[in-house]
Amino acid sequence: MNKDNRRLDLILAAGFFALLVLPWYRVRRGFFGLDWLSDLPGSETLWPGLFQALAGRWQLWPVLALVALAVALRLTRAPGPRRGRALVGIGLAGLCWLAVEGLSIGLRGWNWGVLETVFGPVVGQQAFGAGAVLLGAIFALISAFGAAERGALKGDAFVLGAITLLVLLVGVFVFYPLLSMFTGAFQDFDGSFTTEGVRGSIFDPKIWSLGCLTGGNCGVAWRTFFLALCTATGTTLMGLIFALVATRTGFRFKRALRLLTVLPIITPPFVVGLALTMLLGRSGTLTQWIEAATGWELGRWLYGLTGIWIAQMLSFTPISFLVLIGVVEGISPSMEEASQTLRSDRWRTFRKVSLPLMAPGLANAFLIGFIESMADFGNPLVLGGSGGVLSTEIFFAVVGAQNDPTRAAVLASVLLVFTLSAFLAQRFWLAGRNFATVTGKGDGGRHASLPRRVAWPVITMAVGWGLFTVTVYAMILFGGFVKVWGLDHSLTLDHYARAFGVSFAEGWQWTGVAWDSFWTTMKIALIAAPLTAAVGLLTAWLIVRQRFPGRSVFEFALMMSFAIPGTVIGISYIMAFNLPPLQMTGTAAILIACFVFRNMPVGVRGGVAAMAQLDGSLDEASLTLGAGSGRTMRRVILPLMRPAILAALVYSFVRAITSISAVIFLVSAKYNMATAYIVGLVENGEYGIAIAYSSVLILVMITVIGGFQLLVGERRIGRREVQAEAATRESLA
Amino acid sequence: MRYKGAVEFRNVVKKFGQFTAIPDLSLSIEPGELVTLLGPSGCGKTTTLRMLAGLEGPTGGQILIGGQEVTRLPADRRDVSMVFQSYALFPHMTVAQNVAYGLESGGMKPAEARERAAEGLVLVGLEGLGARLPAELSGGQQQRVAVARALVLEPQVLLLDEPLSNLDARLRRRVRTEIRELQQRLGFTAVYVTHDQEEALAVSDRIVVMKNGVVAQVGSPRELYEAPASEFIADFIGEANVVGGEVLSVEGGIARVDLGGAILALPARGLREGPARLAMRSNAARVRTAGAGVPGRVASSAYLGDHVEYEIDGPLGRVFVVDDESDTPLPVGTEVVLDLRPRGLALIPEGV
Repeated sequence: MNKDNRRLDLILAAGFFALLVLPWYRVRRGFFGLDWLSDLPGSETLWPGLFQALAGRWQLWPVLALVALAVALRLTRAPGPRRGRALVGIGLAGLCWLAVEGLSIGLRGWNWGVLETVFGPVVGQQAFGAGAVLLGAIFALISAFGAAERGALKGDAFVLGAITLLVLLVGVFVFYPLLSMFTGAFQDFDGSFTTEGVRGSIFDPKIWSLGCLTGGNCGVAWRTFFLALCTATGTTLMGLIFALVATRTGFRFKRALRLLTVLPIITPPFVVGLALTMLLGRSGTLTQWIEAATGWELGRWLYGLTGIWIAQMLSFTPISFLVLIGVVEGISPSMEEASQTLRSDRWRTFRKVSLPLMAPGLANAFLIGFIESMADFGNPLVLGGSGGVLSTEIFFAVVGAQNDPTRAAVLASVLLVFTLSAFLAQRFWLAGRNFATVTGKGDGGRHASLPRRVAWPVITMAVGWGLFTVTVYAMILFGGFVKVWGLDHSLTLDHYARAFGVSFAEGWQWTGVAWDSFWTTMKIALIAAPLTAAVGLLTAWLIVRQRFPGRSVFEFALMMSFAIPGTVIGISYIMAFNLPPLQMTGTAAILIACFVFRNMPVGVRGGVAAMAQLDGSLDEASLTLGAGSGRTMRRVILPLMRPAILAALVYSFVRAITSISAVIFLVSAKYNMATAYIVGLVENGEYGIAIAYSSVLILVMITVIGGFQLLVGERRIGRREVQAEAATRESLA
Repeated sequence: MRYKGAVEFRNVVKKFGQFTAIPDLSLSIEPGELVTLLGPSGCGKTTTLRMLAGLEGPTGGQILIGGQEVTRLPADRRDVSMVFQSYALFPHMTVAQNVAYGLESGGMKPAEARERAAEGLVLVGLEGLGARLPAELSGGQQQRVAVARALVLEPQVLLLDEPLSNLDARLRRRVRTEIRELQQRLGFTAVYVTHDQEEALAVSDRIVVMKNGVVAQVGSPRELYEAPASEFIADFIGEANVVGGEVLSVEGGIARVDLGGAILALPARGLREGPARLAMRSNAARVRTAGAGVPGRVASSAYLGDHVEYEIDGPLGRVFVVDDESDTPLPVGTEVVLDLRPRGLALIPEGV
């Protein structure tokens, strides 16, 4: 049992390091700058935990006591279930105490008046710093190692440690912010409990009015709901149309259709709205043509729900297409053939067999469209005009002149209820209703092509919509080269020069206005991507390969975090991480954390899918050959998962670049992201630069994704060649 | 050929792009007959069936059902129905709805279709299960629903595409007997695709053996087994040894054949004097330790309870022989003689 002691020694040593060397509280100027070292002895706030405790901060005494107790146990007791149980207790107690004291004592003393009357005044404290954070992690590991000594999960310390840390991280970065958002809604400015703000907001007619039924204006909640229904219906329909054209017709440009599915991944969300204004806005190209031709005054019809709806249709149809193409292809061809041999013509077959079999898939696409529309922030921001939707209202409640966090929290809760309901419906109601995979083996046959009376309208609509999409995207690329859109259409490179100018006058200089945010974006995306992939794949491995109590709850909670709209995340991060004990606003860390925990579910999903294809006996073989879980992961699982890892890396990189909804709350002057910067440009009416910048972003992402496809695609082609060779050899023999 | 239920292929050609699946197929099937299309995978048997069903269009030639040309008729307007390998039961409909589906497609009133569907379920022994979903039935029951669904339409021809391949071995034997009984009782024409020669021998009136899209031989199970037309047939049906011998003389259709020293009288099948190939079934020889016959030596032996399988090296090469005498299995290396019986031997007509 030497191993038990060795790993315990390791983390206890780290605990000493955290208590004796690292500054306990947050270093204002940034911990990684290391210039705080020079002020060290003089400035009390920089002292490590032990010295803080000696200097009279009694809230650290229990922490010291717990660490001392752990050391005593290590020295006096042999490893075993009894010591294990004690260690679990120490770890949990440590974590709890850190949370309690951190939340209770703020910058200026007690956070709640009640505590002050009971315990008397206390000196305020800063947010947790490196020492406190490291010690928190160590407490988590102490309890994990304790559980391993008790024999939980066959005593696998690696798995237990990974689970504990993941639960801690998800708790801190997903659930703690949501919780603070809810409590924030019930707090006055001085922190005391009040329901006034909540009551005011919940019954606010601006949110819940149903006036539009009688000719007035509806509340923002209903309008958002209505918009989401329309978008979900529309995108499902268009997605189905595209899927049918791609799989069931002799249409010649199917490959081009498939390219459509890449668009939403590489397009920053507000770009479509931007292009629409250029096309259909007051001085848009199409508007001018129509006005010139007919003499009508089209005005500002685009700004409002109609415009948002069109933009969302353009943005989310490809997603629905991607979902439904799997559904349509998943129907076993012999179902349709059976129907045909049972005297049904193609139209009856389509109506009675194909469509009902697709129904669960259609419902799924509908719910996805619903959630996407609800969560969409970029398009409403650009096109919302005076009547926004929930996500933009939340934004303006915090950022604008209102500055009403209570209202923002209530609005965010409403939005969250909508999207979570859709998510739960998708998860529980649709689960087990999927017919698409019910097929026997030996399914030969081909999919029936569409009946003619369906095929022609479908192809026409697909082509029409496809052309519209292409036009919109052409606008984006072209718009960057035009002086003033709608007024002066002479070509120019000015916008690019202003955004991405480089000067050689005094050495190499990035003079363009976009460079700052561009490099910040790249840097943060590059840091976030590997972290996202690592956390996501580690989680996937735990979910697929380990049986631990609460596994399904854990998986469910993770997947649920995907249904939390970015705006809600943004507002909750602000509310959670603006004050001690965890103060991160204005740093790069908060952006990175936001990306990692927002995009992790995708990594998890990809990892689960990839891992499900790897036979579990591979792990077991490695374990019986004497490798521990960690080594198995490193030497067996990871090499086999390379494609999934690459995909997770690229996806999280690209998402970090395109995301706006959460980011716009979290950027600061020092760490501004490209999307937030572009939105700022749009608000100032600098469309030219905004568009030029957007095109550059799209090109960067095309390059990244293309490079990735090339890397992964080559392998696939190689395999097919081998197969073809084998086939020819067989037929020759 | 104006009978209901007759099928005829006239010079049918099928190409998939550059690849020719069926070069030239002519075949006729009598009414009330159960004909099996048998062959290794990729031999074109399923393609032939799908062309008959109307799921694939032939590249050339004609297909007739009941004396009517149907070559260009789509599947839903042909008087055939099909049992799929995967059963293809509609998972969103109950068993009764599945069976009634084809009837309703044909324009029958729902009430009447329901009644007829119930009768169809009785026919396959599934009365009372109409309200279930296909997923709630066992594999064997699903298979019967598929048969009932096809049969209630009273098609001229029933097509079965490897209907037993998703069942386990024991069930397979029972279901194939049921299908055969049903076919004989109701007297419909059936075309049955399989790659399992035992299944084909068990159910068929006639077997069509196909290879590379070409009909290799057509005949009753006995004809194929006892008088294979080629080495391929001899090997594919009943795994015969193909051995070399010499025809010494032919008289009145009977040939005197020298087989490794033993002289046998066999039907000549058009062969003349000279070297010849013979199909030798595994039961064509008894393995003896003494007496007259072809000499040999045991190369391997496997005791299987009621019989022993040997491989014997000798003048015929290595041959596979099954001996019913299992009381004293002979060890490897024993010198033996093969006592040949004409019943398990046949001359193969094609040249050496």
